[in-house]
Amino acid sequence: MSKPRSLFEKVWDEHVICTPSDQPPLIYIDLHLVHEVTSPQAFDGLRAAGRKVRRPERTIATVDHNNPTTPLALTILEPISEKQMETLRKNCREFGIQLFDMGSEDRGIVHVIGPELGFTQPGLTIVCGDSHTSTHGAFGALAFGIGTSEVEHVLATQCVPQQKPRTMQIDVKGKLPAGVSAKDLALGIIGKIGTDGGTGHVLEFTGEAIRALSMEGRMTLCNMSIEAGARAGMVAPDETTFAYLKGRQHAPQDAAWDKALAHWKTLHTDPGAHYDRIVEIDASSFAPYVTWGTNPGMVVPVTGEVPDPTFASTDADRRAAERALEYMALSPHTPIQTIKVDRVFIGSCTNSRIEDLRAAAKVIKGYHVDSRVQAMVVPGSQKIKAEAEKEGLHDIFTTAGFEWRESGCSMCLAMNPDVLQPGERCASTSNRNFEGRQGRDGRTHLVSPAMAAAAAVTGHFTDVRHWEYR
Amino acid sequence: MEPFRQHTGIVVPLDRVNVDTDQIIPKQFLKRIERTGFGQFLFNDWRFTPDGTPNPEFILNAPRYKGASILLAAKNFGCGSSREHAPWALGDYGFRAVIAPSFADIFSNNCGKNGLLTVVLTESEVNKLMKRAKETEGYQLTIDLELKQVYDDKGFSASFEIDEFRRRCLLDGLDDIGLTLRHEAQITAYEQQHTALA
Repeated sequence: MSKPRSLFEKVWDEHVICTPSDQPPLIYIDLHLVHEVTSPQAFDGLRAAGRKVRRPERTIATVDHNNPTTPLALTILEPISEKQMETLRKNCREFGIQLFDMGSEDRGIVHVIGPELGFTQPGLTIVCGDSHTSTHGAFGALAFGIGTSEVEHVLATQCVPQQKPRTMQIDVKGKLPAGVSAKDLALGIIGKIGTDGGTGHVLEFTGEAIRALSMEGRMTLCNMSIEAGARAGMVAPDETTFAYLKGRQHAPQDAAWDKALAHWKTLHTDPGAHYDRIVEIDASSFAPYVTWGTNPGMVVPVTGEVPDPTFASTDADRRAAERALEYMALSPHTPIQTIKVDRVFIGSCTNSRIEDLRAAAKVIKGYHVDSRVQAMVVPGSQKIKAEAEKEGLHDIFTTAGFEWRESGCSMCLAMNPDVLQPGERCASTSNRNFEGRQGRDGRTHLVSPAMAAAAAVTGHFTDVRHWEYR
Repeated sequence: MEPFRQHTGIVVPLDRVNVDTDQIIPKQFLKRIERTGFGQFLFNDWRFTPDGTPNPEFILNAPRYKGASILLAAKNFGCGSSREHAPWALGDYGFRAVIAPSFADIFSNNCGKNGLLTVVLTESEVNKLMKRAKETEGYQLTIDLELKQVYDDKGFSASFEIDEFRRRCLLDGLDDIGLTLRHEAQITAYEQQHTALA
């Protein structure tokens, strides 16, 4: 009998090319995703050294960060954004990389289209110059974000030297209560283990509550692994995973499918396998969450109140909380449900998939956005946009007063024209509530799609568990 | 990249936990396609008021820290986005090293690729240094990467651990793509037998 191994170890072992005596193990990369912001300097580096892209067929690119979400024909692009997008086009042409460009119906946020087109598969190693690459771990892939130097390294060599990370099991027992989503699970976990709780680790999410999640939910959860500082998040593939992948454009077909499926079914943690750390969580203790501060670990249930910094466990944490409250213009003990919002953003690689839009639309249906709130929906991809329109979701949103946009990263990081104005407060389904993230002096509260939708209607945070659906 | 062996410089204390890369270099500056020139935007929203004048309350603007080349930071420095623009901005501004009790993984990796040393000391050592850097004008530290030591001329001395590969790359200013390509034959052999995404 071979030693029991975790899911992570199985994928890792399969991708170690060699372990040089003077270098960390070289890990083979099956799929390299590229976008316009973190790649130009990497391609420049290749050119300067006279190197080629080793495996262009394992590399795919898209534009997602800079592009406006208003109809392209009606939008004037900022020249510097246009230049960055054009640079990616030139680089893809020169190095022979497939690009899902603005005109493509397959275009979208890189972490949305990878899975949607069937590129993302169990057991693969996936990298991208983007921290939210952890999203793809939802399929039982080992997927992590890298910097631009490593992008260049992967382009040139199709591998990356990596020290083997430690492993952490996050075992979520029981069932999530009604009205509590994968986003709440992610926020609740980060609230418990902290924004550096996962540093140096690959997380594996296990347990009944995880098995019950859809692929969209698993992607939301793995997406936010980086917000706990983790190198990656993973969920072992199962029937839910296989059903999602079957028939996707770039998923294996016919005999290749059968062969792949047989392999994928081996990708689970063996009984008795070792994790470096185990965290057990009771799903029934989770609630819809709202962040109150300036990192995703600063989070409370919607029924709670803004915490009092004087109760922080360390002096440094107290100062951080005070600073966060000052930035967020909030006072201790303010009930979360009395906090009014100016903007609502439903989108980002965390929560812009069809299931997210359905959850938000279900809340919105029969209601109208509060008169002082500006609300927008930015689907994660053009395909999701089309699907939502087929289902009539866009009608529900626009009738309620939401703006219905083209796909992209949009106001998650506000590199395009979708930006918070100073002092504006936003209920956002994105992943980071850092200072200035959605616009200088903008105030971000992270929530689930249903919670964002409810806040849009009432104008303040509202517990969706008591929502009157129409 | 520029080798890092031993460096002595002025220390600026940035006593805030969880400083994320969005603060180190805000997104509006990520549209440039060059690798250089990011120093002027380092900590932009903290360093400058909305009208572009230096914010006198931000520590980097205090005249006594002018020319600082060692950034002393609190836990989980560099968390969030993978943007390598963060170490580019720190390096371009003039920093050669960051000392903190802990760093985010991707940030720390990125620093190593750009000749910027991240030194992990204990919380209590960092606190001691914070105090010294605040109290003593022109406070300097020496970081010796060969000996894995940090010390001042007032009796402070601490050793630190660092990944050996990263240390060697920093010491010698090595291009790790070149190092990896020494294993070209093994990569090719692996590719031939590797069936994933065939």
